[in-house]
Amino acid sequence: MRPRRAIPLLAAFILLACADAAWADRIGDLSQTDWREQAKRFITLRDPAVRYALAGSVLLGMSCGLLGGFIVVRKMALFGDMLSHAVLPGVALGFLWNMSKDPVAIFVGATLAGLLGAAAVTLLRRTTRLKEDTALGIVLALFFAVGICMVTRIQSLPQGNKSGIDKFLFGQAAALGADDVRLMAIVTALAVVLVCAFYKELLLTSFDSAFAASLRLPVAALHYGLMLLLAFAVVVALQAVGVVLVSAMLITPAAAAYLLTDRLHRLLLYAMLFGVLAGVAGAFVSFLGNNLPTGPFMVLAASTVFALAFLFSPRHGVVMRWWRRRAQAQRIQRENTLKAIYHVLEVRGFAHAHSVSLHELAARRQCAPDAARDEVMVLARHGLARLQPSSGTIDLTQTGWQRACEIVRNHRLWEWYLAHQVSIAPDHVHADAENIEHLLGEEMVCQIEHSLSGAGATSDPHGRPIPSRADMQRPFGTRAAADVVDTKGRMP
Amino acid sequence: MITPHSAPLPQTQSQPPPLEIHDLTVAYHQRPVLWGVDLVVPAGQLVGIVGPNGAGKSTLIKAAMGLLPAASGWVKVFGGSVSENLRRIGYVPQRESVDWDFPVSVHDVVLMGRYGHVGLMRRPTAHDHDVARRCIEEVGLVAFANRQISDLSGGQQQRVFLARALAQESDLYFMDEPFAGVDAATESAIIALLQALKARGKTILVVHHDLPTAREYFDMLLLLNMRVVAFGPTEQVFKYDLLQQTYGGRLTILSEMAEAVRQQSQ
Repeated sequence: MRPRRAIPLLAAFILLACADAAWADRIGDLSQTDWREQAKRFITLRDPAVRYALAGSVLLGMSCGLLGGFIVVRKMALFGDMLSHAVLPGVALGFLWNMSKDPVAIFVGATLAGLLGAAAVTLLRRTTRLKEDTALGIVLALFFAVGICMVTRIQSLPQGNKSGIDKFLFGQAAALGADDVRLMAIVTALAVVLVCAFYKELLLTSFDSAFAASLRLPVAALHYGLMLLLAFAVVVALQAVGVVLVSAMLITPAAAAYLLTDRLHRLLLYAMLFGVLAGVAGAFVSFLGNNLPTGPFMVLAASTVFALAFLFSPRHGVVMRWWRRRAQAQRIQRENTLKAIYHVLEVRGFAHAHSVSLHELAARRQCAPDAARDEVMVLARHGLARLQPSSGTIDLTQTGWQRACEIVRNHRLWEWYLAHQVSIAPDHVHADAENIEHLLGEEMVCQIEHSLSGAGATSDPHGRPIPSRADMQRPFGTRAAADVVDTKGRMP
Repeated sequence: MITPHSAPLPQTQSQPPPLEIHDLTVAYHQRPVLWGVDLVVPAGQLVGIVGPNGAGKSTLIKAAMGLLPAASGWVKVFGGSVSENLRRIGYVPQRESVDWDFPVSVHDVVLMGRYGHVGLMRRPTAHDHDVARRCIEEVGLVAFANRQISDLSGGQQQRVFLARALAQESDLYFMDEPFAGVDAATESAIIALLQALKARGKTILVVHHDLPTAREYFDMLLLLNMRVVAFGPTEQVFKYDLLQQTYGGRLTILSEMAEAVRQQSQ
């Protein structure tokens, strides 16, 4: 998937958002209704105001996810947090401009406040010995405090108390109007187009800015451009998510995507998708609950996605890792049973191959016959062995026999390698080989085989023969006695 | 200052040298880290830059590429300015300078070496992808081409950086500690690669930390300690008194002065 494919998708959402802007009203003013009724209204999209809330949530999910992806890989999550809090005084100033919730005035004010905050952080870092995180903490708190003071003051004004400025604290998707959605659409389109156009450059400067500078890529311009887009994304998301939690919509979907993929373009797409999911889910729940604050529900939805990624990501997920470890432990257990059967057969010179009894296996594995039976039943389930119920003897299938030969072979090859190529004493090599035999890949086996045949060796440091590739191909139990050795394990 | 410069190798008059540095002084936060560096590197040489920690080795190659502002002096590459000859300059930054958990594949990183040829806002062509694949093959990482870079060992990561530099198809290479933290097998693979580049007429400057191997790896050595102590063919420069000057205590007055200048400017 390439980022360019996001454009038609985006265009569709913008059309949806602008479809019938003309006769829309805000759903914030709606009266109390039954939740089933509300759900129906939301899902059928009959109400234009619902369409605004939905389109706004989709758009903010896209822009926050996209830019959040960059701040996560650039390790600037804290910067996003600072930016999202620092815009509040700007929101208040934008409102004071003409004492109304004019989207453009608020957008301009908030963006300026965000940039001022970023400049303040840079100033603190350049002129003092404070580190970035401390500078961010100071600026975040200061700007937020100023913003809260201003918002509280506005609410106490006669025109202020019904203004809806309090919605900027915790977010209210239902308060979005046609103008808001249009602005969000413009900002999102701008972000998507610019990121697609400069994807290659953003990738390189995010990964290796020194190398990018050596190619004379405009590293600083790209950085500030990205920060400006980030500020835009935060500002347009404010009304639906709220100042307090908007940074979570930047970080959480992108963090979930980070756990799921190891390519940046996919990370950005997933982050946008999760952002959209969280946005829509948050708007829906908020609408059901008769316009509860939207921000917390969006963040809860995003966190749910993150929790799922944390647990079930194929590569990094906790549950998946546990599952892989468990599967590996079971495989090792099976291989050890096969190896024990091989040993039993080897000791008796591979005579009467079909008559290995559970007792012999149990003795070899140093466990109870019942436990040995369980082990054999596991082998049987994997098509590696059969248990004759009447006689209680074990029969390996061709696959089982091959695998048994392979494990013993890996073990002895590794022992030989350690003893002869690394010069480790023969009595020190067994324990290591017990572990390595299950992990040795085909490539390593070929390498060791090569030096083995170079040295003309056929047996391990203890004098036992290393099963050859030809042995693996032979049917089970027909191994020629001539290949083998006396039972003490010496070569003839 | 008495600088026992060895005589530079004879130059063919028609070709300007790959790298010419004149009186280059570089300062970090007002503190000078390189003083008056003069250097003319002849073509087709494998040059080791050695010196103690803080001698300004990385600073020198960064300043030579114009990544750091020079307080004074100038740098010429193939007789012109650095920005005129960007495509002829390849760079291998220090391995620790990037985040190896970054979500990119080996192929993606090597392809970055082509970005200087691709141009702003354009996408790499099929030819660029071919070059990247060839370079990955050259450093022996074909099996890892589509793996995320975090799956690689330190030595393999270093080879990814080298493959990216190869993909730049440059004539003059700056490499910042390509041997740092790699195993012996990778080290010999890297040196073989550098020899092959040299055989193709490339000029390579390598910041190097290990004195004993410097002697066998490089044609020429630049002994650096905030200034050029000596520069010339390895057998002429790898001398006890010159190394003593580079690593010994005699130049401490320079770093003390540097500190004094910094204090004064605050």
